[in-house]
Amino acid sequence: MSTLEMFGRKTLAATLLAVTLGAVAAPAQSPPQSPSTASPHLGRPISEADIKNWDIAVLPNGVGLPAGQGTPQEGATIFAEKCSACHGEAARGGVAPFYPALVGGPPLTDGIETRKTIANYYAYPTTIFDYIRRAMPYPAPRSLSDHEVYALTAYILSLNKLIGENDTMDAQSLPKVKMPNRDNFIMPYPDRI
Amino acid sequence: MGKSSSRGRTPSLEAVAGNGLVNRRALLGRGIALAGALGVSGATGAAAEPLEDAPWSHAFGEVTPPLQTPSRFEKNVVRALSNPNGEFRTAHARTPHQLLNGTITPNPLHFSINHGGIPDIDPAQHKLVIHGMVKQPLEFTLETLSRYPLATRPHFVECAGNSAGMFSSEPIQAPAGLLHGLVSNAEWTGVPLSVLLDEATIDPNAKWLVAEGGDAQFLDRSIPVKKAYDDAIVAIYQNGERLMPGNGYPMRLLVAGYQGNMNVKFLRRLKAVDQPAYTYFESKNYSQILPGGKTWRFHFLMEVKSFITSPSFGQHLKEPGFYAISGVAYSGAGRIAKVMVSADGGKSWGEAALQGAVHDKAFTRFVMPWRWDGQPAVLQSRAWDEAGNVQPLRAEFVAARGQTKAPVKSPLAFPNQHYNSLTSWGVDRKGEVAHVYA
Repeated sequence: MSTLEMFGRKTLAATLLAVTLGAVAAPAQSPPQSPSTASPHLGRPISEADIKNWDIAVLPNGVGLPAGQGTPQEGATIFAEKCSACHGEAARGGVAPFYPALVGGPPLTDGIETRKTIANYYAYPTTIFDYIRRAMPYPAPRSLSDHEVYALTAYILSLNKLIGENDTMDAQSLPKVKMPNRDNFIMPYPDRI
Repeated sequence: MGKSSSRGRTPSLEAVAGNGLVNRRALLGRGIALAGALGVSGATGAAAEPLEDAPWSHAFGEVTPPLQTPSRFEKNVVRALSNPNGEFRTAHARTPHQLLNGTITPNPLHFSINHGGIPDIDPAQHKLVIHGMVKQPLEFTLETLSRYPLATRPHFVECAGNSAGMFSSEPIQAPAGLLHGLVSNAEWTGVPLSVLLDEATIDPNAKWLVAEGGDAQFLDRSIPVKKAYDDAIVAIYQNGERLMPGNGYPMRLLVAGYQGNMNVKFLRRLKAVDQPAYTYFESKNYSQILPGGKTWRFHFLMEVKSFITSPSFGQHLKEPGFYAISGVAYSGAGRIAKVMVSADGGKSWGEAALQGAVHDKAFTRFVMPWRWDGQPAVLQSRAWDEAGNVQPLRAEFVAARGQTKAPVKSPLAFPNQHYNSLTSWGVDRKGEVAHVYA
């Protein structure tokens, strides 16, 4: 590739970067740099397999949900043991002022300060799974198995009557749960995406 | 702009607005002459004491330390804490703006919010991975990122919940640092994110990055790739030194002008995806309820705003005469273009002087000369940015965004998000400054 082509394809900043780093990125005897070597390239290649333990992001369409499943009944038992100390019996809250109830919620027409809850606010059920898995219980994040997270998600959805008492949640069924507030959102700056 | 009510007491200097506001050009190069004309110097005429050396001048001083800390007389210049005992909940530390000046927030006073405590990260062990919809997933360390050519820019970071107490139906009596302390401004240095994404060769169909921290919540937010290529950096220095632990040590995402929570701290992972993840924080906390029950999501932008830091709540004007009204203005949409100040609750306005260089998405300090005549006054500032956005008046703002049904008691509460209307400080005849709505 000619120097002309290289400059034509790169931004001014990248070109300056290439010039600045020329001596560092390549030995003096190297051939002229192509655009792909103009950047420092100090990142170490890594495989997705080696990232797997970190890759806990879940998308609303279900991408990223792990194997496993759980029912509301299983979730009730786990909740009583690991969650109710803060969130209260049957997720009704009230243990301390900081830990919210996970069931119910007033209508959003009650005012701009209305308490946002799973039932009155969340757009997608995957958010519940994702947040429990990455952040709960507060003192011991990532201590729950995927099975336990599915069961707790099922329990909370069931308490809010968003699924039936016997519905099993897994990677296929969870994304299909429609949250009541899903279509009530406005995006103020769509041109920024 | 009205030039009303100079009240016949301002001598030769031009009044630009009511209640004693003086043309900002009076600040340029006149020094003592200005003070004299404004009726300050020699006003008391009290007999002066003969000068004596102070005792600290007659003894060898303190040891010069390796890491210096402020004078013991500045002990009150600290952040206000919401969770001082480290309970299992979010902790906030608010910048005491009423005690600071200039535009750069000192690192120990930069605001900090931590939802799962501050992780004690060993920088030699910390890794950042870029993966997902990329041709080659990559792993970076602090050492490798430090070898890149770094960009350095001053930027404010503001929590979307900053100034939330201003949604209260009645003004909360609290200092500027409690009302507005969840914004700070620092010089950030780091690697342009576009360079790293190019090295991983991001898929053109990837529109979002899920940015994740290494804290005890693995806090994550969905960031538009568009913003990543606009001006995002992976910051590794804050005001010239490594990041403060509470500000993301050893590396954080810096998406200038966007919600503070999107500037993910302790950054460990960027996953390129084709749709937003609807993470907890973008699904709940940093999404707003509007009057009538509709809701906003992916608001991103911290809009144009300003507030006066001096005089402000809790301060006391000891005597009538000259004061510099001073504060900060900033906008997530660009540079500050203009700040207007009123001393009569918005009846008349004068243009403030902007100090120093005006930077993109950064604090700009404004100053307005003022001669207080000892009568009640209401001080306000209002900012414009280069994109033409103007800070809304409170009546306009409340009409669009609402306010609480009942007064909010605590300045630490978050009844809603994204308040960017005016702040009004009421000065009474005794010189006491209160928070008022006007």
